[in-house]
Amino acid sequence: MALENPLFEFLLRQGDNALVLGHRTSEWCGVAPILEEDIALANMALDLIGQTQMWLGYAGEVEGTGRSADDLAYLRDVYDFRNLLMLEVPNGDFGRTQMRQFLFDAFQVPWLTRLQDSRDTRIAEIAAKCVKEALYHLERSSQTVIALGDGTEDSNARMAEALTFLWPYSGEMFVDDATDQAMADAGVALLPSELRGPWLETVKAVAAEACLTLPDSDYAQKGGRTGFRHTEHLGHMLAVMQTLQRSYPGATW
Amino acid sequence: MTHENEWPLWEVFIRGQHGMSHRHVGSLHAADAEHAIRNARDVYTRRNEGVSIWVVEAAKITASSPSDKGPLFDPARDKVYRHPTFYDIPEEVGKM
Amino acid sequence: MYAQMVQSTGKGLQDRKEMSPEDQAFQDRIDRGEKIEPKDYMPDAYRKTLIRQIGQHAHSEIVGQLPEGNWITRAPTLERKANLLAKVQDEAGHGLYLYCAAETLGVSRDELVEMLHSERMKYSSIFNYPTLTWADMGAVGWLVDGAAIMNQVPLQRTSYGPYARAMVRICKEESFHQRQGYHIMIKMAKEGTADQKRMAQDALNRFWYPALMMFGPSDKESVHSAQSMAWKIKINTNDELRQKFVDETVPQAEFLGLTIPDENLRWNDETGHYEFSEPDWSEFFEVISGNGPCNVERLNARRKAWDDGAWVREAMLAHARKSQKRAQAAE
Repeated sequence: MALENPLFEFLLRQGDNALVLGHRTSEWCGVAPILEEDIALANMALDLIGQTQMWLGYAGEVEGTGRSADDLAYLRDVYDFRNLLMLEVPNGDFGRTQMRQFLFDAFQVPWLTRLQDSRDTRIAEIAAKCVKEALYHLERSSQTVIALGDGTEDSNARMAEALTFLWPYSGEMFVDDATDQAMADAGVALLPSELRGPWLETVKAVAAEACLTLPDSDYAQKGGRTGFRHTEHLGHMLAVMQTLQRSYPGATW
Repeated sequence: MTHENEWPLWEVFIRGQHGMSHRHVGSLHAADAEHAIRNARDVYTRRNEGVSIWVVEAAKITASSPSDKGPLFDPARDKVYRHPTFYDIPEEVGKM
Repeated sequence: MYAQMVQSTGKGLQDRKEMSPEDQAFQDRIDRGEKIEPKDYMPDAYRKTLIRQIGQHAHSEIVGQLPEGNWITRAPTLERKANLLAKVQDEAGHGLYLYCAAETLGVSRDELVEMLHSERMKYSSIFNYPTLTWADMGAVGWLVDGAAIMNQVPLQRTSYGPYARAMVRICKEESFHQRQGYHIMIKMAKEGTADQKRMAQDALNRFWYPALMMFGPSDKESVHSAQSMAWKIKINTNDELRQKFVDETVPQAEFLGLTIPDENLRWNDETGHYEFSEPDWSEFFEVISGNGPCNVERLNARRKAWDDGAWVREAMLAHARKSQKRAQAAE
């Protein structure tokens, strides 16, 4: 199947990951376990919203039909979203939220680091800005995962459960497809599968400190980053997120 | 009611952009020192306020006692010769 | 205000002749404009009143996250979402600064939180009203933060050092909050569609009187206020602040083309102030005593967040203690 606009597709994947995870993270505002963590989660969500604006803004330019980052965020439906399934499933408890953040950050750091060398200078610039944020996110999420895994019997059980739940979703990050190949051929990005090794090393090291055992299944839930089959959760998330833009078409806010 | 799981209180000191000394900016709760540094980053540098953070557990600070205020600080009051304005320099010497 | 109807001694202003020599010296320091610091001598009643006031102020910031947090996931653009999230995050920060100020008086944050959850301490009545449309984000920022700023700016001069310093930081950070809200109102009421204009007016209709109530009932005769003012932990009377708020807000509403829901509102040339209707104080007392539209939900949301987070707080501390032991063993 010929690819219509692989660069656009690629940018949507970056932007939608940030958009969806930023949205989920913002749901913690006001109800986190303690004020310090509430504030830290909001910082993380704010970083991700900023990243969304950059990725989707550039996606709109590449598409060339005049759609803005907001148009792309607020006026597409489920089947047009290109985020990882792992990021759209509900937050669960604080432990699962942190585990998801960690599994994603452990990918984002090497991914964005390498994207800084992209032949597409805009992508390289955006990646350079995002990688600094991702590095801090990884530090915070990995330390939190370690603390909660090591903490008490109860917290260890919760983190083990979170890891078991998220593990099959994490595999989706490394499944290459034609879009990835096109980007690799053009020197825009590396193949995600190249990062599975480094990612696994990071995850193993943190899991060991967190007294957690990695599930041995390699099965990957997928369909998010290709848009082929999302979870049922994304539709509900979009119904909330897009309500004003959908209810009052054309209004400015 | 006991609060055995309350995280200790930390005092936070931040050095701003312009090379001044670390300054006390406030307090927060954290489980340990590294956690306190991260929390300080998130709580007290949201507006680009700092380039360096110190944290110290509040319980570990030794403070001067208010009742010592007289003996500690009054003796410095009459040492006016420590201040440059104490010395008159003739105008023709210029800026010094 | 964020700290409404704070009880002091209940005995009215203490006569100087009845004061102990320490208390006289203490009052003299305040009269000279000196700051009282945590380890300084202070009368027990001053300490207790301050804990109540700062604690109530802190609780208001934290509960105050909820009505606005209600719209973060529905903000209409990415920029609006970021603005609102940053603002609600600031409220968490302000709660944090205030709890820390209260902690210098010998009460822990967890104790204060427990008192909130067991309804032994209050928070501002305003946060017991629902936020129903996006225009409410405008109205809350414009009116509620506007009213809060009226009270908080003078509190930067309050006599208790840690409280004053917290207020300095809070006022600096808050300066964008009211503008953020007013900006939403401009977009909707002045530049918006017919629907948006209706939403904006509707929000003003619902928030006007609750905003006036934030300052608390008239306290000209209040025994608590007289003592608190002598201690400089309350700087203006409720009526002064309410009048100032109305005087500043009415022209802002006119600019938006919105109507303040008060038939008696008129400019008085002689006094140089607006005349306005008092809010329904019976409603205020109902809300304060737990019968407002959202009291139950707000407190339950706070309790749930706290209870759900208990395992996290416990585990992080357990990990810190284990790490410390491991480090000591390795030495």
